[in-house]
Amino acid sequence: MLVYIVYPCLNTVVDSLRTRDGDAWATEGCLADRPCWDVFENYRYALTSELDTSTFGTTWRSFWVSSFGNNIKWLVFMVSGAVGFGLLIAVLADRVRYESLAKSIVFLPMAISFVGAGVIWKFVYNFNTGGTQIGVLNAIINVFGGKPVALLQTQPLNTFMLISVGIWMWAGFCIVILSAGLKAVPTEIIEAARADGANEWLVFWRITIPIILSTLTVVVTTMIIIVLKLFDLVFVMKGGNFKTDLIANRMYTEMYINLHPGRGAAVAIVLFVFTIPIIYLNIRRFQEQEAIR
Amino acid sequence: MTMQSLRNQFSKLPIHIVIIGICVIWLIPTLGFMVISLRTVQDANETGWWTTLSDQPGAAEYEQSCAECHGASGAALPDADLSNPDLVSNFSRSIQLVATFNKEFNGQIHLPEAARPDAESLANILDHMRRISGVDELPRAWTNNYEDALVGCRGTDTYESDCAAGTQSVDLTCDLASDLGNPRGMAIAFLNPIYVAIPATLLPFIFAAVARYAFAWLHFRGRIALFAVLIGFQIIPLQMTLIPISRLYAQIGLNGTFLGVWLFHTGFGLLYAIYLMRNFIGSLPREIFESAYLEGASHWTAFYRLALPLSVPALASLAIFQFLWVWNDLLVASVYLGGTRPGLTYQINDLVQSLGGGWQLLTEAAFISILLPQIVFFALQRYCVRGLTAGSVKG
Repeated sequence: MLVYIVYPCLNTVVDSLRTRDGDAWATEGCLADRPCWDVFENYRYALTSELDTSTFGTTWRSFWVSSFGNNIKWLVFMVSGAVGFGLLIAVLADRVRYESLAKSIVFLPMAISFVGAGVIWKFVYNFNTGGTQIGVLNAIINVFGGKPVALLQTQPLNTFMLISVGIWMWAGFCIVILSAGLKAVPTEIIEAARADGANEWLVFWRITIPIILSTLTVVVTTMIIIVLKLFDLVFVMKGGNFKTDLIANRMYTEMYINLHPGRGAAVAIVLFVFTIPIIYLNIRRFQEQEAIR
Repeated sequence: MTMQSLRNQFSKLPIHIVIIGICVIWLIPTLGFMVISLRTVQDANETGWWTTLSDQPGAAEYEQSCAECHGASGAALPDADLSNPDLVSNFSRSIQLVATFNKEFNGQIHLPEAARPDAESLANILDHMRRISGVDELPRAWTNNYEDALVGCRGTDTYESDCAAGTQSVDLTCDLASDLGNPRGMAIAFLNPIYVAIPATLLPFIFAAVARYAFAWLHFRGRIALFAVLIGFQIIPLQMTLIPISRLYAQIGLNGTFLGVWLFHTGFGLLYAIYLMRNFIGSLPREIFESAYLEGASHWTAFYRLALPLSVPALASLAIFQFLWVWNDLLVASVYLGGTRPGLTYQINDLVQSLGGGWQLLTEAAFISILLPQIVFFALQRYCVRGLTAGSVKG
């Protein structure tokens, strides 16, 4: 672990403070006796290179198609989408006889690699300029009289298309955990509430949700980690083209395509900074568990 | 059935609709993809997979322009029997059909200007004619794609037709047994990840065993700090570590070897293993350990006799997830093994980049790659669920 995790991390911190090609310290260009901000040159690049800062309006717009903006979209929509679907199915499937079958079906994509999922969804999103559409989604648009869309090339639509694939893959994970949480809710409490005249909606919001809240937190934090680390899906489906890049993809591009390890390392550190609140939350949970025992 | 239970069933109807609807949406992409993997190249590239069982292209156009005289089967006119392969094989391109339109038959022009189909329909009509006459009778579904993928035959023709015509590419011998060893084929690409995944699953498994126990039950100073560091590391993106490790490997000559990949996966797998096991062993009741210590059990006995047997489900799920992770991994495999020992994910990504439109080959390559994980997953689903929920549900 020391070799595979600690050493690379230290190495990354060092790299981020060197020049973008990593051949010298970033400070070497500095003059003596003057504050030298060049040390953080790679960080400046990591944070601002995608933005068009000429006016406030362009900055705002370019932010939302930069890797940071995309990561925020992914965080908001994929986490809420996967957890929302997960909760919906977990709650509904609890009331039907074919519960385990339904859960298995939604769980199925979990075992598929990102590469496999990328291939599968490329068919769904396929677009032909003119002629017959062989992608399901465009064929459906055709049936309803709409105009076929290049779903993976049009921005900002493409990011949402990729997010749907993410939800497809990870909702199963949420279902499994949430449904285990639901099963642990004592039936007596729910029966009692019903006997007191509470309707299903009220039971759900006032009793079920508060009881499974800790499970829900676990699912949400796990999903956030997954989104922050997400790389393969965008890499396979679009290679980050058409402004679908995520922070992890940018890191890869800087390191392996532009061959600027210094910049790549700085992007990596920025990504790591984003994860600090989650680390904090996880440690809090750990301490709570310790306290209970 | 009483009125009451009938009403109960009825009130559940929206629930059924929502659940079944979601299941259908979840299944359609995979289903379509399996269908495509069985279709011929032409069909897969020209029509949607959902039309596999409906009319093939050209049938409708033929019906409209030709069926009146030639008949639905093409055999209505003895002089121009379209079901005769000898006649139809003279026409290999649709432009040759156009040449016949101006000819006169029985004092009538073959097909008057106004009634002539456009170029695209004409091409479809020719396809249809070649199908009904048996010149190229391509089935709606076949397994040739799988054969092509396994031997690594890339192109618009199949392995069988290439070999029959002697136009196979240079790396193929047309002897199936030896072609299965073709490095561009999926058969080899299927074996490589097995070779990677099994040791890469077993190693962290063994390594982590004692460390987990220590984390969950022993109280040593700085335990929380160490756990914090562990969680932090878990969030670190894998990509960050690739270059430093790669430099290290270059110095000791581990690049391009299986050993390098095994060790890499072990390093990362260990993190997850310790995290999962801490959650699981941590959720075991403390009393049993305390009573064991009271009876005079050592840490080792407690671990070996209590913690290990009780954590079998968690161990199983750990093994499953590590296996899936290694099997599905693209990045580590491409960086450390690359093209020297290509795995499935590497080959598929290569196909995506180089073929673009070769749908039918891509699908069965991808299908081969998801087959094994699906089997493992469904066979051991019970354990997966237990492992995932370990420590996340209070109960």
